[in-house]
Amino acid sequence: MRNRVVITGLGVVAPNGVGVPEFLEAIRAGRSGIAFHQELADLKFSCQIGGIPPITEAHKHQYFSELQLHQLNSSGIIYGVIAGMEAWQNAGLPVAGAEPDWESGIVFGTGILGIDKIREAIYKVDQGQVRRLGSTAVVQTMTSGVSAYLAGMLGCGNQISANSSACATGTEALMMAYDRIASGQAKRMLAGSCNDHGPYIWGGFDAMRVLPYQFNQTPEQGSRPMSATASGFVPASGAGALVLESLESALARNATIYAEVLGGHVNSGGQRGGGTMTAPNPVAVSRCIQMALEQAQILPSAVDVIDGHLTATSKDPAEVSAWCDALGRRGDDFPYINSLKSMVGHCLSAAGSVECVAAVLELNHGFIYPSINTENPHPEITSLISSDKILKQAIHKDIQVIAKANFGFGDVNACVILKKFNHG
Amino acid sequence: METKDELITTLKTIVKPYVQDEQAFQNLTEDTDFIKDLKINSANLVDIALDVEEAYDIEIDNESMERMLTVGSAIDIIRQKLEAK
Repeated sequence: MRNRVVITGLGVVAPNGVGVPEFLEAIRAGRSGIAFHQELADLKFSCQIGGIPPITEAHKHQYFSELQLHQLNSSGIIYGVIAGMEAWQNAGLPVAGAEPDWESGIVFGTGILGIDKIREAIYKVDQGQVRRLGSTAVVQTMTSGVSAYLAGMLGCGNQISANSSACATGTEALMMAYDRIASGQAKRMLAGSCNDHGPYIWGGFDAMRVLPYQFNQTPEQGSRPMSATASGFVPASGAGALVLESLESALARNATIYAEVLGGHVNSGGQRGGGTMTAPNPVAVSRCIQMALEQAQILPSAVDVIDGHLTATSKDPAEVSAWCDALGRRGDDFPYINSLKSMVGHCLSAAGSVECVAAVLELNHGFIYPSINTENPHPEITSLISSDKILKQAIHKDIQVIAKANFGFGDVNACVILKKFNHG
Repeated sequence: METKDELITTLKTIVKPYVQDEQAFQNLTEDTDFIKDLKINSANLVDIALDVEEAYDIEIDNESMERMLTVGSAIDIIRQKLEAK
């Protein structure tokens, strides 16, 4: 018998909004967080636009102590800790006293952490100044840095870990947290992921020519998932965090329940059958979605909305096709489908978490956020599904089930099925 | 060279950001222990040594750093290094 798992806390640091209230308003309004960055132009990037959350000094001082801020040079830790702390506070959970909270754990993933701190350290080491690195070069750059910071700040005493599966990281973190609670090994898990910003993160993608270079003067139009003129993903950064909790624990403490995690699945295409290091095996994508529905015990017809991965590359039509195959639905029968990346860009390893937070907000507030920049949907997509299913503006709608998926380099997939929680 | 009181004043500004026990910091004397009294995280002693090096343009070798556990020992080490310059 598996425990039912619900979501009771949300935190987010996104390019179009820091904190849940600001983010909710932004995604309802279809507001872009993509901007031109002079630094990228100076460094001769082809793509000079990106998504950086508007973090202020006040935000930092709200969540970090003076000592923690001393020599802190890791944007991923700043985003991750702010999102994680917001989610914990939002859930109304206390900070542990002298005794650790043995029933609460953290899975907070990332792709790479503290790239600016790594750069700082490499310069010093190469100059023979290793003894001047200071005491935090390790904790600011270890993959488990955010989970370690948060565990200390909150006093969590269950599993404290960090997962990494490229752009599927955030959704996978949620599934890991779900499994731990469903199997009875923890009562509460803080699940999230983050990604640093900046040229040292984004440079590799620019070199691969997968970022758009045509929108340096019109940054807000640069991220165009599902569009006929989609020409690459806009690099971004940030963090998302969700508190998962057993239904029993949530009800016992009378917590606000935002949604239920019905189930999900993670898999890989094995880099076979069309799958490569950078492209997904379409059979694996469909299978991941189908297995997620099966575990959630939901029929494909029950899915109201798909919050896709949809990055704005040439792979978008293939993703829509995989959803059609997995659900056995197309044309007018297809669910609504959207991409948060149209507003925030591709937050890389943070994408899954930021997008899961958005999905929970849709269920809880009864709306579907728009996919901006979809005036001209890709003809291969409109040959599969009705163009009415791609919303240019948010709509109010009471929705029950969202399928949320993310796919990452290495041919890895993660899909989670979220349901509105109906009391009683 | 700075007087002992001046050295203590400079040292106080250096250690202040790392202090976890404000009360002990207010009553700081030469006998004050960085870890036991001021509750400074042992990892941060490295940062304090680096900040001292910068403030006085001296280098604190590993052996000295191991001895630098109280306000008094820190002052002795700083004086020694300044005299040796």
